Amino acid sequence: MQTHKAKRVEIIIESMMERRLTEALRKADVTGYTILPVKGGSGRSGEWSRAGQVSRAGGMLAVVCIIKPDRLDALLDAAFAVVERHIGVVSVTDCEVLRAERF
Amino acid sequence: MDQILSLAAENLLSPIILFFVLGFAAAYAKSDLTVPEAVAKAMSLYLLFAIGFKGGASVASHGVDTTLILSLVAGVALSFVLPLVAFALLRVMSGLDVTNAAAVAAHYGSISIVTFVAGTSVLDSAGLAGEGFMVAVAAAMEAPAILAALWLIARYGDKSNSEEMDGELLREILLNGSIVLLIGSFLIGAITGADGLARIESFIVAPFQGVLCLFLLDMGLVAGRGLRSAAGVLRPGLLAFGIVMPLVGSLFGLAAGMLIGLSAGGVALFMVLSASASYIAVPAAMRVALPEANPSIYLTLSLGVTFPFNLTLGIPIYLAIARTVTGG
Repeated sequence: MQTHKAKRVEIIIESMMERRLTEALRKADVTGYTILPVKGGSGRSGEWSRAGQVSRAGGMLAVVCIIKPDRLDALLDAAFAVVERHIGVVSVTDCEVLRAERF
Repeated sequence: MDQILSLAAENLLSPIILFFVLGFAAAYAKSDLTVPEAVAKAMSLYLLFAIGFKGGASVASHGVDTTLILSLVAGVALSFVLPLVAFALLRVMSGLDVTNAAAVAAHYGSISIVTFVAGTSVLDSAGLAGEGFMVAVAAAMEAPAILAALWLIARYGDKSNSEEMDGELLREILLNGSIVLLIGSFLIGAITGADGLARIESFIVAPFQGVLCLFLLDMGLVAGRGLRSAAGVLRPGLLAFGIVMPLVGSLFGLAAGMLIGLSAGGVALFMVLSASASYIAVPAAMRVALPEANPSIYLTLSLGVTFPFNLTLGIPIYLAIARTVTGG
C-alpha cells in the first residue's frame, strides 16, 4: 500500500493550557489534532496522578498532531509560544500516513 | 479551653474526620485505594449543588437585608487583604521568593469550599446554623485573592514571572466551574425557596453526610499522596505558616463577623472561610498566571497541612471562639 511521509507532534501540557494551545494551533492553520487524557506520570517535580483529583491544576493532557513535514516549523513556533514557560514535553517523530491529502 | 477540647474531641470522632484520616493513612501506607477522578468530580459537583441550593433556600425564607450585602463586601475585602497578610508572614517565616510567596498567599486569601461544608456540618452537630447567605460570601471570596497575588508580583516581584491579566484569564477566574455551580445553585435555591427545597430534599439533604464522608476519604487520599511525594519542599517555616496563617486569618473573619453583627454560627463560618486555603480554583489559576511558581509548595501546604489542620482542630477552635465572643 502507498504511504506518505508525515510528522507526528506530541505535546504533553498542563490541562489548564488546553484552550490556549488549541487556539494557537488553529491560528497556525493546524486544525487537525487529537486530545488524549493523561492518567499520571513522573517528572522533575516527582510522581503525580489524576486519581481522585478535583482541580484541573495538577492535570496534564496530550495533544497529538500529524502534519506534512513542510508545516512543522509553523506548528512548533505556535506550540512553543504557549508551552515555553509551562510544565510539559514537546516531541516530534517521523511517521507515515495513508491519505496524504488529509494532512 | 474545656469547650475547645470537648468540641475538638467530638469533631475528631465524627465520621467525616475519620474517613479523611482513613484516606490520609491509606495514602501514606501506599495502599492502592483510589477514588476515580470522574467520581471525585461528581461528588464535588454534588456538594457544591447541595450547599448552594440549601443556602439559597435559607435566604429565600429569611429575606435579603443589609447584613447580606455587608457580608459580601467584607468577604471580597478580606479576600484582597488576607493575601497581603499571608505574603508578609511568608516572607518573614519561610524566606520564600516573591513569586512563590505570592502564589501561596493567593491560596490563603481564597477559600476551601470543602472546609466550609465541613464547618457547616460541625455547626449542625453543635445545634447551630450560620446565615444561609454565607454560601454566597464563600463564592465571593474565591477570586479576589488571585488578583491580589498578581498585584503583589507587579509591586514586589519580577513581572516576567507572571502572565498578563488578559480577558481569557479573567474569564477563567470569574467563571470557574465551582463558582458558577455554587452561585447558580444558590440563586435557584433563592428563587424556588422552601417549595423547591422540599421537592429535592431527599436528594440533597439525607445523602449529604454520606457523600461528604466519601469525598473526604478522597481528600485524605489526595492530601496523603501529595504530602508523601512533596514533603521535601516543606521547610519548618513553611509548615509553621500552614498552621499559623489559618489562625491569623480566622481572627480577621471574627472581626468582620462581629462588626457586621452575624450570629454565632455566621461568625464561626466567616472564621472558617478566612482560615481556609483554596486547593481547587486558585491552583488552577496560578498554573496559568504564575507558571514559575512551584505547585508542589502551594498544593502541599494548602491541602496537606492547612486543610487537615482546619478539619481536625481549626473548626472546633473557631466555633468555640465564636460562641464565647458572641455569647451564642
